[in-house]
Amino acid sequence: MSIDAKTVEHVANLARLELSGEEKEQFASQLSAILKYAEKLDELDTEGIEPTSHVLPVTNVMREDVVRESVSNETALRNAPDDEDGQFKVPAVLE
Amino acid sequence: MTHYQSYETVIGLEVHVELHTASKIFCGCSTSFGAPPNTHTCPICLGHPGVLPVLNRQAVDYAMKAAMALNCTIADVSKFDRKNYFYPDSPKAYQISQFDQPIGENGWIDIEVDGKTKRIGITRLHLEEDAGKLTHVEGGYASLVDFNRVGTPLVEIVSEPDLRTPEEAKAYLEKLRAIMQYCDVSDVKMEEGSLRCDANISLRPWGQEKFGIRAELKNMNSFRGVQRGLEYEQLRQADILDAGGTVVQETRRWDDSQGKTFSMRGKEESHDYRYFPDPDLVRLHIDSEWKERVRASIPELPDARQARYTAEYGLPAYDAGVITASKKLADFFEESLSYTKDAKAVSNWIMGDLLGYLNQTGKEIEAVRITGQGLGEMIGLLEKGTISGKIAKTVFKEMLESGKRPQQIVEEQGLVQISDEGAIKAIVEKIVAANPQSVEDYRAGKEKAIGFLVGQVMKESRGKANPGLVNKLLVDVLNA
Amino acid sequence: MALFDQRLQDLHNELAAGKLSAAELTEAAYARIAETDERIGAFLTLNEEAARVRAAELDQAGAAKGLLHALPAGIKDNIVTKGLRTTCASQFLSNYDPIYDATVSGKLQDAGAVTIGKLNMDEFAMGGSNENSSFRPVRNPWNTDYVPGGSSGGSAAAVAAGQVYFALGSDTGGSIRQPASYCGVVGLKPTYGLVSRFGLVAFASSLDAIGPITKNVEDAAYVLQTIAGHDRMDSTSADVSIPDYVGSLSGDIKGMRIGVPKEYMGEGIDPKVKEAVLAALRVLEDLGATWEEVSLPHTEYAVATYYLLASSEASSNLARFDGVRYGVRADDPDNLIDLYRKSRSQGFGQEVKRRIMLGTYALSSGYYDAYYLKAQKVRTLIKRDFDQAFEKYDLLVGPTAPTTAFRIGEQIGDPLTMYLNDIVTIPVSLAGVPAISVPCGFADGLPVGLQLIGKPFDESTVLRAAHAYEQHTDHHKARPQL
Repeated sequence: MSIDAKTVEHVANLARLELSGEEKEQFASQLSAILKYAEKLDELDTEGIEPTSHVLPVTNVMREDVVRESVSNETALRNAPDDEDGQFKVPAVLE
Repeated sequence: MTHYQSYETVIGLEVHVELHTASKIFCGCSTSFGAPPNTHTCPICLGHPGVLPVLNRQAVDYAMKAAMALNCTIADVSKFDRKNYFYPDSPKAYQISQFDQPIGENGWIDIEVDGKTKRIGITRLHLEEDAGKLTHVEGGYASLVDFNRVGTPLVEIVSEPDLRTPEEAKAYLEKLRAIMQYCDVSDVKMEEGSLRCDANISLRPWGQEKFGIRAELKNMNSFRGVQRGLEYEQLRQADILDAGGTVVQETRRWDDSQGKTFSMRGKEESHDYRYFPDPDLVRLHIDSEWKERVRASIPELPDARQARYTAEYGLPAYDAGVITASKKLADFFEESLSYTKDAKAVSNWIMGDLLGYLNQTGKEIEAVRITGQGLGEMIGLLEKGTISGKIAKTVFKEMLESGKRPQQIVEEQGLVQISDEGAIKAIVEKIVAANPQSVEDYRAGKEKAIGFLVGQVMKESRGKANPGLVNKLLVDVLNA
Repeated sequence: MALFDQRLQDLHNELAAGKLSAAELTEAAYARIAETDERIGAFLTLNEEAARVRAAELDQAGAAKGLLHALPAGIKDNIVTKGLRTTCASQFLSNYDPIYDATVSGKLQDAGAVTIGKLNMDEFAMGGSNENSSFRPVRNPWNTDYVPGGSSGGSAAAVAAGQVYFALGSDTGGSIRQPASYCGVVGLKPTYGLVSRFGLVAFASSLDAIGPITKNVEDAAYVLQTIAGHDRMDSTSADVSIPDYVGSLSGDIKGMRIGVPKEYMGEGIDPKVKEAVLAALRVLEDLGATWEEVSLPHTEYAVATYYLLASSEASSNLARFDGVRYGVRADDPDNLIDLYRKSRSQGFGQEVKRRIMLGTYALSSGYYDAYYLKAQKVRTLIKRDFDQAFEKYDLLVGPTAPTTAFRIGEQIGDPLTMYLNDIVTIPVSLAGVPAISVPCGFADGLPVGLQLIGKPFDESTVLRAAHAYEQHTDHHKARPQL
């Protein structure tokens, strides 16, 4: 699978990354190489093989519905790049 | 002039219901509504680096309960997936949701429109987390984010495209709300956002099998808004089709004040949510024991209650339908019946005076202070003749506002009906003596004159005389 | 003998006897850092003020607080420490002041350890050379022209350089074991789920594991004893009882059955590395263990599988770094989307962007089945290789890395070659089983690591074998000249 600059642009947009022209070219060739390497997996017949998303046979991990103390507004905003009236501030959300 | 009737309308609804757990779905922060911004948050729901979610058991139980009440098949194995998208109200830039193994699938509910019952299919019900809340400031140049709501458990209920009119859509939504209320899994208040509805709507020529091109409607914040938004969209699309045009597949925003829908600005790219199983959470294996435990917690649902009210109490289907549409109202009805056997009377008071009052004042049943016990006891007082029907109206109004028991109101205001023959006879004799003309008219065969005399007796007793006794004693005196 | 070369028990005896204080240990750490870290670059943030206060408190309290009482610890900078800057070696988090503690951070506190500072790493744990730190590279204490390995390169280098008594690292595809191997120290990756991930900044959630980096196996057992255990805050934490790891170091491995995966000893493995491993196997044999070759047939698919899975998970895990709630926001964005793009592009380094791109692509519409799902299925096959091998063997043994450390800059332009350095650590991570790297000699003046791989949750056997081996060799006693 070879990746072209247009695909790189689309993927960068999905990932909210802004890439320079040079980066786009570099990623196009590097990702192509990695994906070509990944084609190796096609050698394997995985028909009927269950996917592993967890190695542990753990299921049904849940907590009881108990309220725990929240952090203060000041703590919540401690790392905020911008805030106003106890809220996080961002440029307008376009609709 | 367009004729949307020349087309068949096809509607499907996506309804989000906030589950009223005490804590959030993946952390211990409170879900209570109305706290100052960002005071019900923690590193987990703020999506700080390194945090992990742990599933709230109650949220799963509620979701299963809701799914069962909607006749869904409950999954044996369910899992959570990440829905990836960037938005300031989504702290992790993904929403934990369910993609291909939802809690429930293939359900249905029955709705009633114009006296006819129709079955509406439910494609799926899945569990997910709510987002934060955005407020626009600085004339639209900036937005503020409050994360108190983020992580509130939600179920998304997706209907089949089985709805054919805006009225059906409204009826479906009302039925859904009633069922959620009965299950006691949510407050289901559209004004507070604990019930939210998006709609897909398309038109097609009658007889055509293929669906038309649909628009997705958002921002309908009331039951009436849903119906109005769909009605508007029906006309808009019919106009386009009549003119030979094509409906654009897009998301449109309902503006309630203008009564119109508007195209939302086109997204720069089509959505690609890149769903994949959330590796921070483990699978749910829902065994039959768990399912049965939840199933056992489902109370009698609106349809069953409606059927029972008609069968057991002989209520008209319509009245039973209206009363059972709201769990609070139905509970009120049943509470009354612990204090009186006359279900019909209770129903009449509810359908007439109570709903009339609620409509008039725009209040919800929980906002008025009258209790089912109060109404039942009042009907008891009527039966015993302690109060008259006229006094009952006064007592009822007082109960709505003060919540006092009828006996207390009657005593405080001296509203007890006078049923003492001697006392009434004294008044009757006084009135007869004071109105010789009317007495003469009556004796001359003008039977109507007795009405005037009755009125005078009632007036003299300040409405408290037992009307039956007044009549009987008047006739006795006049014929003496 | 340097202070930090003494056995833990000896230090504790001296502390108890009042011959040594926590303050002295803390000062020794900072003195050594002052002396060496300009050349090594292991630390990103020092905790001097708080550590001194803490040491004084421990001295005041008198009696030992716990297993790690008064021991100077370094913590990899992707483990969150409340009030102590945590950056993941990324410009994006260069100002991040954590508002909570990782579970392991709390456990170290409870055990009496003194946090000396936060250790350098490859940005967001992505890399195997520490050249991807966005602050500065870490250098190998054995030869500062060489990489220390990664991503826990700061942790391994700090222990090797004697700057701390022990360190915590994290391992997703080899990030504890490989730098331990390159730096000639001990690194243990526990079974997935044995140590809580709560507070470990996620790279690949289904693979990430926190573990100790120490000078010897006994210390690794002490640290593991402290940090292992079920955590309600981590849904993927295993609810298993924790054995006495220190107690399991009996030195007795008679009759232990060892499998040596032939794929770990074949093509691509430096002959000098192979030689050191074979020599180690002879030692184990002398101690009464038996070994034979075994095949893990899907080994060659592990690297591709790993890069698809880990990058996919990472692309989602790193999406939260959007400049809204924390981190460095780009100046003067035109609008919201611009804010996201600029903040992320300025905040992330090349390797991080590359993996986000790969993962985003692998999860995107139309490719999910071909890449992500396929890789998850191959992961099942890889895990089965291990399950089958462990039916017959108590332990698998091989090299930790195909080569010794390479020169700084040597592989930076070639990501795929770099990824292949992890060829013998990645399968273990995919299978989720425990493995330790212990020093087993030198090749051209650089340390070689021996990897011992155990059954799920059988850290005791891994530690016992590693310890028995170590007791009969002197490799772990070698110290770099700085």
